[in-house]
Order: sequence, then structure tokens, then C-alpha cells
Amino acid sequence: MPSLLKKDKPKQTGAEKATAGAKWLDDRLGLAKGGRVFFNKIFPDHWSFMLGEIALYSFVVLLVTGVFLTLYYVPSADMMTYHGSYAPLKGTQVSAAYNSTLAISFNVRFGLLVRQMHHWAADIFLGAIAVHMCRVFFTGAFRRPRELNWIVGVTLLILGISNGFLGYSLPDDLISGTGLRIMFSVVESIPVVGTHLAFWLFGGNYPGNGVIIPRMYMLHVLLVPAIMVALVGAHLALLVKQKHTQFSGPGKTEKNVVGTPMWPGFMFKTQGYFFLVVAVLAGLGGWAQINPIWQYGQYFPYKVSYAVQPDWYMGWLDGALRIMPSWEFQNFGYMIPNMFFPSVLLPGIAFNIFIVWPFIEAKVRKDYKEHHLLERPRDNPWRTSIGAGALAFFFMLFAASSTDVLANYFNISLNLVLWFFRFATYIIPFIVSAVTYKMCLELQALGQYGGRRKRFNVVLRTAEGEYLSVKTPARPGDLDILSGEEEEPLELTEQVSQKLRESAELIGVSGSESTKVQPPADEGVRTVERD
Amino acid sequence: MSEQEVTSTDNVGKNEDEIDPAQDPRLELLAKKPDQMEKLIALCFVVAIVCFVAMMVFYVKGSSTQVEGALMAVGFGGLGVGMVAWGKYLMPKGPFEEERHLIGSTEEDQKAFADVFIGRGTVAVKRRSFLGKLLGLATAVFGIFALGPIMDSLGPNPGKALDSTAWKKGSKVVSEHGRAIKVDDLEVGGFMTVFPEGNVGSYDGQTLLIRAGSSDIVTMAGRETWGPKGYLAYSKVCTHAGCPISLYQQETEQLLCPCHQSLFNVLQAAEPVFGPAPRPLPQLPLAIDKNGYIVAQAGYNEPIGPGYWNF
Repeated sequence: MPSLLKKDKPKQTGAEKATAGAKWLDDRLGLAKGGRVFFNKIFPDHWSFMLGEIALYSFVVLLVTGVFLTLYYVPSADMMTYHGSYAPLKGTQVSAAYNSTLAISFNVRFGLLVRQMHHWAADIFLGAIAVHMCRVFFTGAFRRPRELNWIVGVTLLILGISNGFLGYSLPDDLISGTGLRIMFSVVESIPVVGTHLAFWLFGGNYPGNGVIIPRMYMLHVLLVPAIMVALVGAHLALLVKQKHTQFSGPGKTEKNVVGTPMWPGFMFKTQGYFFLVVAVLAGLGGWAQINPIWQYGQYFPYKVSYAVQPDWYMGWLDGALRIMPSWEFQNFGYMIPNMFFPSVLLPGIAFNIFIVWPFIEAKVRKDYKEHHLLERPRDNPWRTSIGAGALAFFFMLFAASSTDVLANYFNISLNLVLWFFRFATYIIPFIVSAVTYKMCLELQALGQYGGRRKRFNVVLRTAEGEYLSVKTPARPGDLDILSGEEEEPLELTEQVSQKLRESAELIGVSGSESTKVQPPADEGVRTVERD
Repeated sequence: MSEQEVTSTDNVGKNEDEIDPAQDPRLELLAKKPDQMEKLIALCFVVAIVCFVAMMVFYVKGSSTQVEGALMAVGFGGLGVGMVAWGKYLMPKGPFEEERHLIGSTEEDQKAFADVFIGRGTVAVKRRSFLGKLLGLATAVFGIFALGPIMDSLGPNPGKALDSTAWKKGSKVVSEHGRAIKVDDLEVGGFMTVFPEGNVGSYDGQTLLIRAGSSDIVTMAGRETWGPKGYLAYSKVCTHAGCPISLYQQETEQLLCPCHQSLFNVLQAAEPVFGPAPRPLPQLPLAIDKNGYIVAQAGYNEPIGPGYWNF
């Protein structure tokens, strides 16, 4: 009888049960040795290592909220009459996709919150990737042995942008529909194969036979996320295998990693960090309206809205489209259309440069060694200024996607704004690069003093009009004290003091107390009397 | 020291087990008053519980997106702050150190691998290279077969689909509601979106009908009869990126595409005057039939919309 059997065994405590369970698993999987290495993995404590985590956790939120949305979303372009609860659209013709997105927004409890969280999570996911990528780039974390992980990361960025575009095109609203039409033109513009690709993608000439929405849905919820999950896994696996980089500092070398171990410190912190990302996304989803499709209306191919901007990560491509001069190349009955240059060639070149950058840099600098200590951006002015120039270029393109809004807002001619961007987009990056280069050199010069500040002088004018330069009281960290280069402060003779006192009285400052200054002890105590 | 050991700089050279936990400064907590910190973290978790309970209530009762978002944000905020504080203040403060080892394999390992891969495997495969070629051929044939169904499923070949539209000789000009347009329907300065009769709402049939004057307008040589009674018709599909052109500025007689701000001159055959659009909008030759309805003299004489390779 079961009860008898139980009595025979001594009662196990919780810890014993857990140990027994772990042993059962280990007997079958042999995890103890690897598990110890894993739990001992060190995570550097520098804040900039959290940027990738924001991306990772936004991605998790995307997956979870996305599953919820699939329960309600209908990927179909079939037209129907709207009978939902949003009064202004009642009785109008809408597609099933648009109808179901309205239903998620107005009729599903927590539906709008989840939808807006999903959209915000996408924007923050790509934002975090961009900033994380900047951190990796400007500190040289992509150098050997991490070139492959850099490429995995760039691939994730490309897939993320693509899936973001697919996702915000699904509701079939007026703005996303217009974006979709532009995408058809982009694909169509590719020489030789463009029209075939566009017809294959859309199932025929634009707008296709209603197949584009189900196809985008399949790509958005199945194919692209599956690849991304696999690549995120590879990204993290490589990170564990190759271990983290770290900034140099006391006790930190090329041969070690210093920081918090995976278990328990990091796991608790990072779990908390995940919750905080969810919290921020929930706050944004609840309070910051995003993509209010009910205001845009159903997409019809012959309707369009004014001041149309895509999501932020597509902005640079839209800006490039706008500032492209009206060139087109026609010869022998064939054409390279205008769109090809800004919307196919530009991103093609940009992403390819990203991918091969680690190899270009290794070749140019003839540096094929392993690097685990990060460089401070100032210590590599060459790379930093190129990166800053590239960022300026992308930012200018991004700003150019709002030419119409800028012209309206500043009440200046659209022509002027466009011509400004047509030149400034190429000029400003060079200025930014040059300034960055100079700043790096300046910061390097400062660096040898450990970033300490200069000690200030105060210029005083006496009642008679005489000017005196007196050093301010010393503060800890002042450059001259630390470097031992301190000049003798102006001697406060009785004569000078008298003058100062008189001036102070004249301008209504009460007579100063004697100021005692305590420089570091090993420098010897120096007391400045000011009376 | 092996890879998996974690040591502090104070204890370099000692095995993990040799360090007396009571003596190890890395295992101390960062919190000066751990009991107070524990209470603070507990409070965070209680806040989270309260928020999540409230969410359950509001799920049943219904509420606004703002309330839902705020509760979720504060709830997860409580969890997050609590767990970060727990990890930071009530866990060993470290710093811990992990050694790094050469990532690549040793030369012996590489050589041993090569021996297996090439020595045992590749050589044996190469001995029967004919079989290998046949295998490749078989998969290639399947690949070629697969192209057919894949391409057919994706969509048709473009063929001549992009070259022409539904507009043809005698097509009646109708509004988006299907109503035929008569010669008196538009005032001078008025404009509307029209389609060929029977193809209302079609993408490539969409056309802008503008009444730019009251007498015949010639937009360029060779189009003497195309603009009867001041009516002009241009394809509404922008030659830049394919957006519908929807703004007509009567004062300047220009059409503006709202997507990328290309401007076209209405009176001069829709020549682009500003922005990225590289080509004029194709013009539809109009006529007025005997009943006073506006009809097309013919279809567009060039492809509409953005450019493509085999133009």
C-alpha cells in the first residue's frame, strides 16, 4: 500500500528533494561541469553592457505580445462593412485585416495596450540595437575574435527593420498601405529582375490579388521571427563561448573578465531589468499613443494622407528617397529607375559596409590580434570620427524624411528645405568627422591627467580699478595639485588683501573668512590664508 | 587554474574551495543594512501584487488603456526595482574574476580533426567521386523541378502587365462612385479622381481630372486635342514611388505628391518641376462625346507610375 511505503522512507527536506532532482537530471544529461562554468560566467558591470539587454528583452516582449495579437488579427484583404464600436467608421467598407485591428483596439480587453506595447517594443528593439551597435563599434568590440558575432548582429538589425516594416503594414490602414505601394516600387526598381521580384512578392501587378497581407503575415509571425530567434540564440551562444569584452581598469587585463557572476547576482539583476523593460513598454503602451489607425482609415490604392512618415527606423530610407535628384537612366529601351539609387543601392552599400567593417579595419590597421579589452573612442580617433560621420549622415537622411513637416513648422519654402538637405546631408558628416577627430585628440591629451579639471582663476577688480588674478580655493582632483605643477598662487600681501577687502565692502560682500584648503596629504598641507 | 574557477584578486592562485567563505570579502553584501533593504524590496513586490490584483479586477470590469498601462507599468516596475535591488545589494558584491583562455584549439587538436575529416572521410568520399557527382545532379534536377511550382505559386510573370492600363479608346470617365462625368460637372479650378468605366477603384486606372480653364488647353505640341473645354487628365500614380498624387494647387497650377513632395506643372504636360520625380505624369487624351460625357480618346501612350528595367 502506498501509505506504508511512504512511512518506510525518511522524510526529505526541500533542499534534499531539489538535490535529488538535479542529480536525476545530471545522471541523464551530465550538466554539472558545464553548468558550473555557465553559472560562473562573468558579466562586466559597465552600464553600456545593458544596451543589448534592452534589445533582447524588447524582443521577448515582442514575441509574447505578438502571440496575443495573432489570436485576434485576421490576415485577409476581404472587404466588409464595419459594424464595430468606433462610431466614425461605422458603415464604411474596410478589409478584414483593418476590421480586426480595430477590434483589437476597441473591443478586446487590454487589446489596445498590448497592440501599442507591441509597436513600442518594435521601435525600442531597433533603437536599442542601434545604440548597442554604436557601443560595439566605437569601443572596437567587433575586433577579433568577435567578427562573426558582429555579422550576426548586423543581420539581426536588417531582419528587425524588415519585420518592423512588415508588422506595421499588416493593419491595412491608409498610411501603411502607402508604404507598401512604395515598397512595390522599390522592388520594381531593381535592374533586370525587379519587375519579376515585385510580381512574385505581391502575387501580380500592384496591389495584387489580396495575397500580400497573408504573405506578409506569414513572414512577420513565422519565417522572419524564427530566423531571428535562431540568430539571437547564436548571438548569445557566441557571447558565452567568447566571453565578454571589458573596459580596462584596475585588475582588468586581456586574460580575464571582472564583474558579476551569472549566478546569482547577474541573473537577479537581469531578470529585474527585464521587468523594468516590460514596465517602460507598458507605460508607453498605456500612455503614449502610437499608430492610431482608426484616424487614418482603410487603405484604398487611390487615397493618400498628408505628412506621411514611416516608423523611425525606416526614416533614413524615406529621407534618401526625398533628397534624391530627379535622375533616371534610360538607354536601349532599358531603365535604371530613380528609386534604385536611394532605396536599393544605398541600404545595400550601407549594410555591406557594416558587415565587412571588422575586416576592413583589421586590414587597414594591420591588426589581426585578439582583443578583449575595449578601446575608449578617443583612443581610436580614426574609427571614432568615421563612425560619427556615418551617424551624422544617417541622422541627416532621417531628418530629410520630414522635409514637408519642417517646412510647415518653420514656415519656410519646401524648396529651400529640400535643397538644404541635398547638400547638407553630404557636407555635415565631414564637419562632424573633423570635429570628432579633433575632440578625440583633445580628450586624449586630457586623458593623461586622468580626466582631472584645471584649477580656475578668479579675476578681481579692486575699487581703484586694478585687476588681480587669484586662484580659487583648491578642490580635490585639481590638475596642478595632482601633477605637481602647481604655480605659486598670487601672494596675498597685506596690501593686496587690504584692497580686496575694500572692494568687497564696496560691492556688499561680507568680509571673507579664512579659507583653509586641504590638498592631498602626500603633497604636504598648504594653507592659504585669505583675510 | 582551470577555466571555470572564479577568484577575486585577493585570492588569486587559490582554489574556490580553499577560500574560507567567512573570510572572503567578495561574498559580503553591498547593503549596509540588509534587513532594511529586504523590507524595501518586499514593499516593491507587494506593490506589484496589488497592481496585478487590480489588473484582474479591471479585466473583469473593463477600464481604460491608460489605467491598464499604468497598473502594468507600476506592477512590473515594482518587480524590476525589487529584483535589481536584490541582485545588487543582497548578493555577493564581488568583484569576481574569470580567466580567459585561448579560444582557438591547439594545433594537435586541429591536426587530429583534420586527420579524421580528411583522412578518414574526404579521401573515402573522393574515391567514389562519380557517385558524388551523380548525387549532386539528382538534387540539382529536383531543384530545377521545384522552381516551377515555387514561381507559379508566387505570382505571374510581369509580361506586358505594366505597359498598359484599363483605359482604352472611348472609355467613359467615371467618379470613384461610378458616376459618369459630364462636361459641366467641374468648375474651373476643380479636380477629382476618376476611373475608366468598369474599373472603378483600380490602382493603375486612377486618374486626376482637372478643369484648368474653360476653353481647350494644349499642354504640349502634338496634344492639341487632348484638353477639351479646359479638362486635363493625368495619371494619378506618381512617376517617382507610385504614391497617389492628391494635391492640386490651383494658384500655381501644380500637382503635389504628398509622399516625397514632387511637383508637376499641370499646364505643361505635368513636367516635374521639383522633387525627386524623374518623368512627367502620363496624360490621358480626353474628348467630349455627343451626349456631353467626358471620354478617353485613347489609353495612355506610355506606361504609368514608377520606372522599371524593361521600360
